[in-house]
Amino acid sequence: MRDLKPTAAALPRAGEKLVKGRYGSMMPVTPANGFTLIARVKPGCAPTIRAYGQKIEDTIRESPDALAVLKLHYLRWVLFDNDTRFMYIGIFDTDFDKYVEDAVMLFKATGITTIFEQLEGFPADWRDNPAAFAAFCREHQAPSFMEYAQYPDVSATEVVKAVTMKRALSEALDQLQ
Amino acid sequence: MLDLDDIQHFLLTRPHALSARYEFLSFGGPEAGRAWLAGILETVGNARAVAAAAGTDTRWVTVAFTWNGLRALGVDEAALATFPVEFREGMAARAEVLGDVGNNHPDRWIGGLADPNLHAIIILFAQDAAERDRSAARHKTFLSECKDVRVLSSLDLDALPPIEFSHDHFGYRDKLSQPALEGSGETPGPASGAAIKPGEFILGYPDEDGDGPALPQPEVLSRNGSYLAYRRLEEHVGAFRNFLEQNSRSPDEQELLAAKLMGRWRSGAPLVLAPEKDDPELGADPTRNNAFGYKDADPRGYAVPLGAHIRRMNPRDTAVNMTRRRMVRRGTTYGPPLPAGAADDGVDRGIASFFGCASLVRQFEFAQNVWVNDPKFHELENERDPIIGAHDGTFDMTIPKRPVRRKIKGLPAFTTVKGGAYFFLPGIRALRFLAGGAKT
Repeated sequence: MRDLKPTAAALPRAGEKLVKGRYGSMMPVTPANGFTLIARVKPGCAPTIRAYGQKIEDTIRESPDALAVLKLHYLRWVLFDNDTRFMYIGIFDTDFDKYVEDAVMLFKATGITTIFEQLEGFPADWRDNPAAFAAFCREHQAPSFMEYAQYPDVSATEVVKAVTMKRALSEALDQLQ
Repeated sequence: MLDLDDIQHFLLTRPHALSARYEFLSFGGPEAGRAWLAGILETVGNARAVAAAAGTDTRWVTVAFTWNGLRALGVDEAALATFPVEFREGMAARAEVLGDVGNNHPDRWIGGLADPNLHAIIILFAQDAAERDRSAARHKTFLSECKDVRVLSSLDLDALPPIEFSHDHFGYRDKLSQPALEGSGETPGPASGAAIKPGEFILGYPDEDGDGPALPQPEVLSRNGSYLAYRRLEEHVGAFRNFLEQNSRSPDEQELLAAKLMGRWRSGAPLVLAPEKDDPELGADPTRNNAFGYKDADPRGYAVPLGAHIRRMNPRDTAVNMTRRRMVRRGTTYGPPLPAGAADDGVDRGIASFFGCASLVRQFEFAQNVWVNDPKFHELENERDPIIGAHDGTFDMTIPKRPVRRKIKGLPAFTTVKGGAYFFLPGIRALRFLAGGAKT
């Protein structure tokens, strides 16, 4: 059995070769894989971004699987520097580059792109241009110099499965009393 | 409405062709290319005419061009730059995206397909081998009158006996799942979902996301055109049969293992509908053999393993945005069949197909990059498409089974990519535009 051994990685890894993806070079998969996107907010647009927090809360309450395609562990959205800058931290399992069109479609459907549209430099033609969308993410990614994972290479789906199984087992044992 | 008088018939009609010849061409200069095209143009059928002549026509002609080919015909640089980057780069340059590494690498391709001087393909479909040979002879004569048009290579293709049903060298029934285009007059098969917007396959029409992307310029060149991804795959029949034998205890087990790799019995019967035993009648019945999904019927893959070929190439109701990933497939087998029980003779045999779509990067490259070659597809750990994945003996195949699953380690490569290219399949007006000097 493979041990669940914590991992830390100083980044970028030495000698790492960039793989060519469909929309430019792929972002390497890292222990806490995902985005740290930082961008300037268009003047006066911060309230629109902030209001979206509530919108997403409502969306997920009504349809809990609305963001399932993104295979997320966590999202953190931060407005800082007097609301002049926005940071999108997402820890997820998929290679974003592989599913960029699915992400764009989902962002459209859930209105997450409404947030991106308040950011400087976001491509106006993102709807038909996944390449430009991917390029925006790549250009605004603030790469980590260290990432740590207590349980590396475990997907959100696997976490859900394991917890569900544990709960079912626990319930079954209780019923045996 | 689809402009059936202008769209080449290739992706819209299914003439009863049992033989074909593909010829890969290079033009010495714009004049040479234009003269060739002008001479061939009248033989290229549009979708309306070909459909109307079903039953009487015996030969069909299709022409398409690489990006370098459009340039060779004199399309200007500003217009060339408006075509999508993946088409401009060409298939060989996209090798890493497509998994064309190791034995599949473009350096090992044959027939000049990785050569930047590959400019055009002429696809001659015919009712039978005799008609194909007639077409080929006619084209040869015509070429001898053309100056500076070179045949880089050619490939003869013939449906394998028994010809009553289409199948590949491994014996799998083929051409069972094809999308129906809205407005083409075709009705979708049972459980195939609604017809798909034509803009997913032909430029200039609404697609599943709206009005469709901006057209490459000039519009007279791009409207009613499609992209074709060409793949020539050698099938290693001996290795495939050995694998089945070595991993089974009886002929029945071999059939079941073959079915697990594909997701269908070789008869075509889908494992979702016939999980335990082959059902050749079901396999041959077009009203039933494609009427299934996975989400409710087989979520864990006890019938069709999650990594089986058809579950990857068309996850049906278990993937999002499926209507944005479909392709129209055309093509058939080449090379002689390997008789049952015969040792592999080393002869090159396989399948050479075209995948028609409106976006190579969103449709063809996605399928190759994610569905075929992503080792973690569907939460698997270390697997690739067992039939067409890029294999070097380090990937596995998990076959869910009660009480215990089966895992086959180190799958060998059953296929090798011998060549490929990205072509643009222009409409008839666009062919005239190109033949007339590509001047707006």
